[in-house]
Amino acid sequence: MSNFEEAHVLVVDDSSVDRRLIERLLRVSSCKVTVVDSGLKALQLLGVDGLKVDLIITDYSMPGMTGYELLKKIKKSSKFKEISVVIMSSENVLQRIDRCLEEGAKDFILKPVKLADVKKLKNYMKKPSTTRFNYFCCIYYYIFFLFFLSFFLFFCVFVCLSQ
Amino acid sequence: MERTHMRRQVGLMRQSLFTQGFLDEQFIQLEELQDDANPNFVEEIATLYYCDSSKSLQTIEQALEKTPHDFNKLDNHMHQFKGSSSSIGAKKVKDECQQFREYCKAGNREGCMRTFQLLKKEHATLKKKLEAYFQMARQAGPLETASRPK
Repeated sequence: MSNFEEAHVLVVDDSSVDRRLIERLLRVSSCKVTVVDSGLKALQLLGVDGLKVDLIITDYSMPGMTGYELLKKIKKSSKFKEISVVIMSSENVLQRIDRCLEEGAKDFILKPVKLADVKKLKNYMKKPSTTRFNYFCCIYYYIFFLFFLSFFLFFCVFVCLSQ
Repeated sequence: MERTHMRRQVGLMRQSLFTQGFLDEQFIQLEELQDDANPNFVEEIATLYYCDSSKSLQTIEQALEKTPHDFNKLDNHMHQFKGSSSSIGAKKVKDECQQFREYCKAGNREGCMRTFQLLKKEHATLKKKLEAYFQMARQAGPLETASRPK
């Protein structure tokens, strides 16, 4: 699989079991994965280290900075607000879900996370390959256009010369 | 053949973990993530769980010894513990965690202490069963494709 097909996902979860599980689920779904155990480390990677990601998946309940607080910080940042954020939680609290979606989260996943949940996430990821695919498509259309234009011109010249 | 017999034993052992309620569907999810490149993923994540959860249990035990009980703190610890138990499909452990949290919400000290003992027992029982299962599976050779228990 060529690298530019892989979306890069940043996983934020204080549970080592969940980090390992979600990392594996994402790798099986052909994603590149970076895992951290706190919101602070996530912001550090994005800001200071300049990590480029297509999606952030964060746990809601974490010590220190919660997933909700991380979401707010990302959505308030001019640099990162375009990155899709998905929240995970083991608690199905409607208020919590609404709050996150209102703050700009793309989706809310109930733990334990399954492969079906991860497959849905592909819809929220910027697809780096799409841009390049579109670019190549344009080149091909251009080449075909030139080819047919040349053919048409030759045809016109031929017709003129034969008269 | 010896290996066929062992594989059948492993299959039966696995089946009983589900039928006796020790494991739920989430465990099958873990098995489905195993492949030739990651042949020991289930065992790896179970080991990680037991390493983490032993520390969590110690923390909760210490918190239970303090009086008066800080039910909020206990509930928070248990929430984390329940989460990772749920992620590996440890059904009975998860159920005891839920019960503990309900006693916390009700401020029921006796209930918390009693449930915690049950929880530790379930946690230890599952550990023994999983260790035996993984050992036998290793001896029998590559695992069969994960299938939902009937």
